[in-house]
Amino acid sequence: MSNMRSLTFDAIIIGGGGSGLRAALELAKSGKKTAVLSKVFPTRSHTVSAQGGITCAIASADPNDDWRWHMYDTVKGGDYITDQEAAEYMCSEGPKAVFELEHMGLPFSRFDNGRIYQRPFGGQSKDFGKGGQAARTCAAADRTGHALLHTLYQNNLKNNTVFLNEWYAVDLVKNANGDVVGCIAMCIETGEVVHIKSKATVLATGGAGRIYSSTTNALINTGDGIGMALRAGFPMQDMEMWQFHPTGIYGAGVLVTEGCRGEGGYLINKDGERFMERYAPNAKDLAGRDVVARAMVMEILEGRGCGENGDHVMLKLDHLGEEVLGKRLPGIVELSKTFAHVDPAQDPIPVVPTCHYMMGGMPTNVHGQAIMQDADGNDQVVNGLFACGEAACVSVHGANRLGGNSLLDLVVFGRAAGMFIEEALNEGVDYLEAAQSDIDSAMARINRWDESSGGEAIPDLRAELQDVMQNDFGVFRQEDNMQEGVKKLASLRERIGNAHLADKSNAFNTARVEALELDNLLEVAEATAISALERKESRGAHSRYDYPDRDDANWLKHSMYFPVEKRLGQRDVNFAPKTVETFEPKIRTY
Amino acid sequence: MSTLQISIYRYNPETDSAPYMQEFELDTQGRDIMVLNALEMIKQQDSSMAYRRSCREGVCGSDGMNMNGKNGLACITPLSEVVKDNKLVLRPLPGLPVIRDLVVDMGVFYKQYESIQPYLQNDTNPPATERLQSPEDRDKLDGLYECILCACCSTACPSFWWNPDKFVGPAGLLQAYRFLADSRDTATRERLARLEDPFSLFRCRGIMNCVAVCPKGLNPTRAIGKIREMLLSNAT
Ligand SMILES: Cc1cc2nc3c(=O)[nH]c(=O)nc-3n(C[C@H](O)[C@H](O)[C@H](O)COP(=O)(O)OP(=O)(O)OC[C@H]3O[C@@H](n4cnc5c(N)ncnc54)[C@H](O)[C@@H]3O)c2cc1C
Ligand code: SF4
Ligand code: SF4
Ligand code: FES
Repeated sequence: MSNMRSLTFDAIIIGGGGSGLRAALELAKSGKKTAVLSKVFPTRSHTVSAQGGITCAIASADPNDDWRWHMYDTVKGGDYITDQEAAEYMCSEGPKAVFELEHMGLPFSRFDNGRIYQRPFGGQSKDFGKGGQAARTCAAADRTGHALLHTLYQNNLKNNTVFLNEWYAVDLVKNANGDVVGCIAMCIETGEVVHIKSKATVLATGGAGRIYSSTTNALINTGDGIGMALRAGFPMQDMEMWQFHPTGIYGAGVLVTEGCRGEGGYLINKDGERFMERYAPNAKDLAGRDVVARAMVMEILEGRGCGENGDHVMLKLDHLGEEVLGKRLPGIVELSKTFAHVDPAQDPIPVVPTCHYMMGGMPTNVHGQAIMQDADGNDQVVNGLFACGEAACVSVHGANRLGGNSLLDLVVFGRAAGMFIEEALNEGVDYLEAAQSDIDSAMARINRWDESSGGEAIPDLRAELQDVMQNDFGVFRQEDNMQEGVKKLASLRERIGNAHLADKSNAFNTARVEALELDNLLEVAEATAISALERKESRGAHSRYDYPDRDDANWLKHSMYFPVEKRLGQRDVNFAPKTVETFEPKIRTY
Repeated sequence: MSTLQISIYRYNPETDSAPYMQEFELDTQGRDIMVLNALEMIKQQDSSMAYRRSCREGVCGSDGMNMNGKNGLACITPLSEVVKDNKLVLRPLPGLPVIRDLVVDMGVFYKQYESIQPYLQNDTNPPATERLQSPEDRDKLDGLYECILCACCSTACPSFWWNPDKFVGPAGLLQAYRFLADSRDTATRERLARLEDPFSLFRCRGIMNCVAVCPKGLNPTRAIGKIREMLLSNAT
């Protein structure tokens, strides 16, 4: 590989989803030499699947709405390990970012007065939890992610962004100083592997729901960015925090949006009872997702589940009528007919809590700069490395994300990262050099696969990994299962290290891509497993039978997973917003 | 009978001098799975099989292909909808260069999309909040903005096969109309001017293949008709 080609950019953005495209737009406008590198054509990114909307206090449904109320909900929703400075930034900057999207052409649904339509979503309140349910989620019917992603792609075309479409980022290149100086990437169409040199490398690679066997996530959500960073030795934050969405279609995993309940739908058990009234007397079906998911599992475990095996519950929508369904939830009607063989205007949809969102990820500050810890446990910026979107943990979602807050996170922090990088480049950043040995070590993994001559097959190992995560790290967790799970993952690491890539061809070799993805699934799974095992409390989405209570004395902290030692440390949560008073931790009820 | 005969178009430019059809047998155990699931099962037998996929729920547009003669998305097409006499023939989308197996080069398709300037243009300064739009005006975008760029329509269109470099094709024209129909867009005149020549739009022969295959139930022919009307009324 001595005559490997290299490409040079001021900034390379790995990921063409909502967050990557928003960051790219900022940089393209500035005229910097940037490129977006994406393993799929950008509009095929997972953001396209987002349904319900983007939550933001634009004061349309309620002219008195206040971003501070949204911030309160976000902090409470995250069970108080949300960084308050970051939540403050997102909620206060949010309206600007949403209006920008509208100006770019995003076809939001509208109220009669012509303003953007907003619907109620889970965990939303007015007046700091005292004023009842809010309607704060801006929507384009139930295709908000599609509308948002296409709008951002279109505006990147308008601004002549350079795209490396169907290119796969393999690993980061890190120099002897620990700076990130670019990456190794493969053109999927030709199989050519190149060294990309850049002053700023942005991980906008999205989520990793495919570590579970049942997930709402796209097949491409394999946590590549997290895998790359872990292999480069960087720590990850709050990886035990996985959101299980209450309404994945039973058997298929495909999501039906929380907007269904926002529009008035509700969950019932086999007796037809609206059981959420018992678990969350005030917010009912619109309590936090973790709360609703646990209630569903309790109903199932206590024998009130539906169907032959009593292993799911039902989402009732028929009382909304065909007109509301057709106007506000047309995509749901389609999905439900295709994947559940149910017309929701007639019958309820069978649903079950399904892996949906990774709250954890690469720790960053509000500018998207990646953070690690020095020997004394102080935050230290990683030179050259940035992250935004679901791959990042800035952390606005804490231990449980509120619906609609991810899309907002993408555009607010994608934009922030873009602006920060532009400024840094203006001030003058030099290319940091990589030695040949740095490049060689980034090539090690792809070389290993290309030289493999025997061993287990990739799909089998992947399925086994997904089963371990599904069985041992689900909605409810406990020590002995997790211990077992960690052991199984350790042996999977061995076996994957010896697995076989049978197809070594160059042109559009999807088997090679799947092999590289499997390594990343393993990195994410192991980080999740060890973090989950070590966080000995229940908080937000992380619920343990053996430690059922929140433990603020010991765990009002981010967890930090250090991959080299496979050790879990801690990092302080930010309780210092700049313009509002700190929201002190309280017992979380809905 | 649960063993399905699947015949798949194969071509690897590194090893094959010409494309060929390969036969597979698949035991679906009587389940009515999606075509994409069937392909995944085949890929477990033969890892070299190449196709695109991402969302597996019909919203990303990755897996447009030709199934028993009709274009559609593999992930939302149940076997029961396409299999005839226990046989399924899978081919890449017609008319585009094949990169490998079921993967086509979408270059010209995207180029035509870009040619219509698929982004909102408004020459007034934006307000501090959103631009207002009445629900009635917003309704005009329904049936247009939902396009997922899967290319099922354009690759079913004879006019696009003959002139992919000059005829914008149904997908691109649907998006052209999406912006013409948007009350917030002020570039109507320029947009129409770019479509006036004999090829860009007027190569459409109203054959409606596009409407028949669109997996999202969109209607490019109607959009093309509307643009025609706008062009004609503009001319008078
Ligand atoms: C079904 C569903 C519905 C949802 N609905 C909502 C909602 O209504 N509201 C809300 O706020 N949130 C919602 N979410 C969450 C939200 O959609 C995601 O968190 C968000 O879209 C992630 O965006 P992203 O930019 O971080 O990543 P993605 O959109 O996932 O993009 C990742 C990008 O990285 C690229 N990439 C990854 N790995 C590599 C690699 N190795 N090399 C090159 N490129 C790579 C991919 O090609 C892709 O372009 C939903 C999620 C799901 C699953
Ligand atoms: S109606 Fe026009 S665009 Fe559609 S298939 Fe026929 S010729 Fe092509
Ligand atoms: S109009 Fe329909 S068939 Fe054509 S690209 Fe769009 S979604 Fe696909
Ligand atoms: S895989 Fe996304 S449309 Fe089929």
